[in-house]
Amino acid sequence: MNADKVLDAKGLACPMPIVKTKKAINDLQSGQVLEVHATDKGAKADLTAWAKSSGNELLNHEEENNVLKFWIKKG
Amino acid sequence: MTEQKKKTTIILFSGDYDKAMAAYIIANGAAAYDHEVTIFHTFWGLNALRKDEPLTLNKGFLEKMFAKMMPRGADKMGLSKMNFAGMGPKMIKQVIKKHNAMTLPQLIEMAQEQEVKLIACTMTMDLLGLQQEELLDGIDYAGVAAYLGDAEDGNVNLFI
Repeated sequence: MNADKVLDAKGLACPMPIVKTKKAINDLQSGQVLEVHATDKGAKADLTAWAKSSGNELLNHEEENNVLKFWIKKG
Repeated sequence: MTEQKKKTTIILFSGDYDKAMAAYIIANGAAAYDHEVTIFHTFWGLNALRKDEPLTLNKGFLEKMFAKMMPRGADKMGLSKMNFAGMGPKMIKQVIKKHNAMTLPQLIEMAQEQEVKLIACTMTMDLLGLQQEELLDGIDYAGVAAYLGDAEDGNVNLFI
């Protein structure tokens, strides 16, 4: 999946993945896609809830070698 | 996107490192949720806002005693459990480092960066003998009415 920007949040603990995602999304235009890499186990629940509440769309997520990857489209 | 921002208000009453950490993690999370966030510091929670350097200020005997006995700044606060006369905080800071989590002073800095409104309760500042010069720059000073004004249309209200 193509992303306009990639955010490396690997190794960061709560609440940093969500704080960094918010900052990265702010720099994007509506409709652009942000790819987030995280290793925090709570990131899946956190980013899913955050995307829903903040009006952005979680397009897809997958896990690869213990790295959680997310694609979020800015609303 | 949304017409009016949602609000989170937190009262930080506790002067414990762990409880203050929880408060500031929630505050930073809420700021990332694009909430307008206020942390109202009262009683022992005020110590999280103290600068860590010693200042010579004009104070009475009791105020000086209080200033000496209370932790000077977030980094010097103790734990609510397993404090072990100061060993506990040392251990938890090692664990924080190991897990790449953020320390309380870092969380406070991040909150300020995210424009979380930090308020010091002026009435309890008087009781504990704390003066504005001793507290961090860029914070607000207010009383219960200002807090309620924020909290009455708040979506998340916490007392920690």
